Amino acid sequence: MADNDVIRCDACPVLCYIKEGRTGACDRYANHSGQLVRLDPHVVLDRALSRGDSVVPFLERSRDWDGNLLNASDIFVTAIGAGTTYPDYKPAPFIISSEVNGVDMVTVVTEGIFSYCGVKLKIDTDRHLGPETSTVRSQGEPVGHVTTNEYGSQMLSLGGVRHLTGGSRREGTVTCETLLSLCNGKPVELEIEQGARVVIEAGKAPVVDGVLEERMRVGCGSATIGMFAKQWLGKVDEVVVVDDHITGVLSEHQAGKLLGIPETGIKMKGRRSTPGRYFKVAEPGACWGGTNIKDPLSILGSFNAKIAWPGLRLLMVSTTGEHYAYFELDDGHRPVEKQLPAALQLSVDRIKENCEPALCTVLFMGGAGGSLRAGVTENPVKLTHSVREALTRVTCGGAPVYVWPGGGITIMVDVTRMPANAFGYVPTPALVAPIEFTLKLADYGTLGGYMDHVRPLESVATEQGRRRVPAKSANPWPLETDAGKESQ
Amino acid sequence: MNRAPAQIALLPDGRRLHLHDGPIDLIIEAWGTAHEIRSAYAAAAERFVTILDELCAELPQLRQAASASGPKVTGVVARRMLDAVLPYAADTFMTPMAAVAGAVAEEILSAMTSATNLPRAYVNDGGDIAVHLEPGEEFTIGMVERPDRVSLFGTLKLRACDPVRGIATSGWRGRSFSLGIADAVTVLAPSAAGADAASTMIANAVDLPVHPAVTRLPACELAPDSDLGPRLVTQAVAPLSREDIELALASGANTAQSLVQRGLIFAAALHLQGKTRTVGILPRMVAKSTPARSLVHA
Repeated sequence: MADNDVIRCDACPVLCYIKEGRTGACDRYANHSGQLVRLDPHVVLDRALSRGDSVVPFLERSRDWDGNLLNASDIFVTAIGAGTTYPDYKPAPFIISSEVNGVDMVTVVTEGIFSYCGVKLKIDTDRHLGPETSTVRSQGEPVGHVTTNEYGSQMLSLGGVRHLTGGSRREGTVTCETLLSLCNGKPVELEIEQGARVVIEAGKAPVVDGVLEERMRVGCGSATIGMFAKQWLGKVDEVVVVDDHITGVLSEHQAGKLLGIPETGIKMKGRRSTPGRYFKVAEPGACWGGTNIKDPLSILGSFNAKIAWPGLRLLMVSTTGEHYAYFELDDGHRPVEKQLPAALQLSVDRIKENCEPALCTVLFMGGAGGSLRAGVTENPVKLTHSVREALTRVTCGGAPVYVWPGGGITIMVDVTRMPANAFGYVPTPALVAPIEFTLKLADYGTLGGYMDHVRPLESVATEQGRRRVPAKSANPWPLETDAGKESQ
Repeated sequence: MNRAPAQIALLPDGRRLHLHDGPIDLIIEAWGTAHEIRSAYAAAAERFVTILDELCAELPQLRQAASASGPKVTGVVARRMLDAVLPYAADTFMTPMAAVAGAVAEEILSAMTSATNLPRAYVNDGGDIAVHLEPGEEFTIGMVERPDRVSLFGTLKLRACDPVRGIATSGWRGRSFSLGIADAVTVLAPSAAGADAASTMIANAVDLPVHPAVTRLPACELAPDSDLGPRLVTQAVAPLSREDIELALASGANTAQSLVQRGLIFAAALHLQGKTRTVGILPRMVAKSTPARSLVHA
């Protein structure tokens, strides 16, 4: 052939001439920059099932053939401790092939150095931790800020490139330490400007100003009225569910109206939103229902004497059932605290029972940058596309990740789903996180992967210095991508 | 590089046999007693191990245009290939390679059925399938719209009484080059080699000559040793207007119809950009509607 970009494949007697970037008649051998490379989806089986072995046992189940100790599809090499080739634009430290359901898969394993990274904290509490956008400090250094309040939880955003490298040296170092501890499941004390001091640990209950937060509220005050109105019918004349966000009042609430509960002449402080729903009955705090009140009656005005009646029964309860008090009106329509009747105790207990355990959730968030992607393929954007098209599964230490839509490979992962101590750091400062890309070997060739660096799983998994840890059973198995599922 | 030996292995399901050698990749399944299946698979494997060498020995002749007076071939599989394309040789350029997959499937199936009694069996050579059915037996066949995507557009039931023992699919998205623009043409024919040649023929006929939406390149520029030489093969097809799709399908259907009339094929299904035309009778065809999934908002 005159063309010097053509090679002749001698893998079989067809002896195809193959042009650069194309495959031969078999679709299994390709010309990759003048090199003959194998894209064969049966490379691993090939070893066990060489022709000589298979003459007799080809009617046995395939499992019976792998006499070796490893069942390749049951081993996954994570990037934890794998090291990285950063900042060199070299292939990732481990590019490992294994066979899954008859399809050859490849996992590119590397530790990523993440300068652009942080954690998103979800803290289950209805206590007020601090105003939105307040600075969050660790060891006196700013490491993040308070972001939105979600249903029953306060979100904090920590880290990010501005704290890691944009501030003072100490700010960067402390931010890095804080993120590292949180990601590795260690407790961290955070101080929120104009707010609380909290101790956060992934998968544990938060400690707010020295008090362990055991339960999340069942819902806002209005939701609580809706949930329990029927259970209060006939047992009490009025219920106020105290909540920092929306305090609910049974007799005025739609749920009470539907049950025919009569007006009681109650007068609430705060701003009425819709009937039976009040904003800002008090200031946020760490007492009743996430407000600053210790005496529930402080949010009530005087009862309307024209409507109220002596003996009127009033229950006040917080959204966690943690605080409650029972009153009856005297002849002057003033509430007098009484022992809570057993029938109402049941409903308070039920509110408590419906409050889930309060937890801190730590999601690591980071973006796989240029050099990391270059360790996977010579044409990094193709990796992004492949992830986007779900041909490539991304995992962190074998744990599933959420890949953000849009450009780049920006991921979030629940650190409690990763093996212990999966994270490290470099003095840059930046966090080191494990990241694995799993895809079909054939697809890896197509996206410009380092095919000549692919090593079979056996050669890696049996080497000295590998740590075998049990996989977390709640996680999907990283090798079982949708691509891996379709066999022939 | 040394030549890899042929692979002979059961797939992980423990039922199907996988035979692979060079560009040949077969999935085989036989039904019967354990003994019958074992004998059939042994016969398939025994026949398989020499087939690639036999073909390669005559590759130069097999890559030339077939004609009644043209080069002769001697191998059993090569003769099946030549016989399958000869009906087209007078009117068009076609080499025996157009029937290689079907002919190999047929040859292996015949080795299996000669060795033992099987109620039914198939040999699938990359979508070109030879089937064996004893009286009273049937196969359900799934049909795809595009060979590169596994989504069934329908199923058909093939019974022993139908005059069909070969099913083949061709199209520009498949493994072989196509001169036409069909996403897939599936053909039912009396033999697998015949189905293979006919599906190539019909897929070539689903075409819009000189259309800006179609990107074509000389076959030899893509694969220097292609039997198609400098002929233009389809590399990409941009979205077409409805009229153009109908026009191209009509051209293919016209060819298919003539093949039905000549008794070369039994039926064909032609697919182009989501549109389907069928010719002849697809036995007990059940079209699969797209699953009607919808979200209901609370």
